[in-house]
Amino acid sequence: MSDTQTFLLDGEEIPFAPGQTVIQAALAAGHYIPHLCYHPEFKPHGSCKVCTVKVGNRTAASCTLPAQAGLEVESASDEMNDLRRTLVQMLFAEGNHFCPSCEKSGNCALQALGYDLGVMTAGFRHLFPDRPVDASHPDLLLDFNRCILCELCVRASCEVDGKCVFALSGRGIDKHLIVNAPSGRLEDTDVALTDKAVQVCPVGVILKKRVGFAQPIGARRYDASPISAQALADAPRAPAGDGRCAACEEAEEK
Amino acid sequence: MNAPTEPTRKLRVATTSLAGCFGCHMSFLDIDERLFDLLPLIEFDRTPLTDIKHCGPCDIGIVEGGICNAENVHVLREFRANCKVLIAIGACAVTGGLPAQRNHLDLADCLQEVYVTEVSLSKGGIPNDPELPLPLDKVHPIHEVVKVDYFIPGCPPSADAIWKFLTDLIAGRTPKLGHGLISYD
Repeated sequence: MSDTQTFLLDGEEIPFAPGQTVIQAALAAGHYIPHLCYHPEFKPHGSCKVCTVKVGNRTAASCTLPAQAGLEVESASDEMNDLRRTLVQMLFAEGNHFCPSCEKSGNCALQALGYDLGVMTAGFRHLFPDRPVDASHPDLLLDFNRCILCELCVRASCEVDGKCVFALSGRGIDKHLIVNAPSGRLEDTDVALTDKAVQVCPVGVILKKRVGFAQPIGARRYDASPISAQALADAPRAPAGDGRCAACEEAEEK
Repeated sequence: MNAPTEPTRKLRVATTSLAGCFGCHMSFLDIDERLFDLLPLIEFDRTPLTDIKHCGPCDIGIVEGGICNAENVHVLREFRANCKVLIAIGACAVTGGLPAQRNHLDLADCLQEVYVTEVSLSKGGIPNDPELPLPLDKVHPIHEVVKVDYFIPGCPPSADAIWKFLTDLIAGRTPKLGHGLISYD
C-alpha cells in the first residue's frame, strides 16, 4: 500500500505532500488552475480569488486551501470559470487597463487570463479612477493605473529582496499600492533594477524605462501560447525567499 | 474557413463609427477577397460605405467607437432600436478606448487647454457652433448606454477575428474567437 495521499481534482486523483496547498499539488501534477496573485516563489496571498475552486458546496481559494486526503475539488467547470471570468472583468473595470498603449501588452498575465477565459468585455461600468504615475526613479516607471493589488511586488520586496519597498494602503475600493518612503516616491527608496520586486509585476505597473517595445507586439510571451499552456512549466519551483524581512516581522509582533 | 452557405434572404447590416477612428472599419475591409464570399450573404443599410444617413430595420448592427458626445448617444439608440443583434467592435466601443483617456481630466480644462491656453493649438476660442454636438463630461463604452449582444475587442480586431466572428454569427453558431484572434490591443 502506498503512503502517498491523494485528493480528487475534477475526478482525477492528485497526489500531494503534507503542507502543500491544493494549487501547488495540482500544478505539480500537471493540472492547471487559473490564478493571478498566486506565485510559486512566494507565500500565498489569497486575494484575487481567480484560483477559486469548489469543495463540496463551498468555494475556496485553492492557493490557500491545504490539500487534504479525500477532498473532492471541482475546478474546470463552467460554474467556476464563469466566476473567474467575472473576477477578471471586475479587475478590468476597476483600473485603467488600456491595452493598446501598454508596454506590457502580450506579456501581461491579466490580459492573458482574459484571453484564455474568453473575456470579451469588462461588462461592468468602468470606474476610470484617477491614478497619477510615479516617474521619479531614473530607471523605473510606476503606472498605478494598472495595479490589480496582487501584492506580488510587496511580497517579493519583503520576502526576497528584504527591502519592503512596496505596500498596500487603504481599505476596500480605496485600497492602493504605495511606496514605502517618506516622500512616497520611488526615487527615495533603495529599489534596484535587479530586485525580485521589479521582475514579478504580472501587469504593467512596474516598468523598466527605455525598454518599451524592444520586444515587438506579436513576439511576446502570451502570443506564442495561452497562459494555461505556460503556467504548468512555470509553476513547480522552490520558494525564492525565506519569509518576511526582519523589519516586517518586528512590526507584526508589535 | 469557408463562408457559410447562402441564406434564403440577405442579412441587412448597418455599421457606424462613433467616438472611434474608423480603424475597425478599415480592419473589416481588410478581410480583402473574403468580401466576395460575404457579399452574397449580406446587404448594407446605414454605413460609411453606403452613406445612408439613418438606420432602418436591420439584422446586424456593428458599432465602432465609444460615446463621447450627444450625437453618439442618438445614433447608438437608433442602432439599438433597429438592429436585432448589436455588436460592439474594437477597444473604444468595448472599453471607451483612447478617447476615454480623458476621463480623469475635467472636460472644461481639456477644452481650455486645447482651444485657448496652448498657443500652438489654439484657433480662437472654444467652438460653440450650434451644429456641433455637445461633448459629454466622460467617454463611455457603448454597453453603458444600450444593451449590447456581442463584443469584439481589439485595437482594431484583426481581419481574421472579424471574419471568424461574422461567419460564426451568420452561420448561426455562437461566435468564438480563441487564442490568437482574441486581442485587447
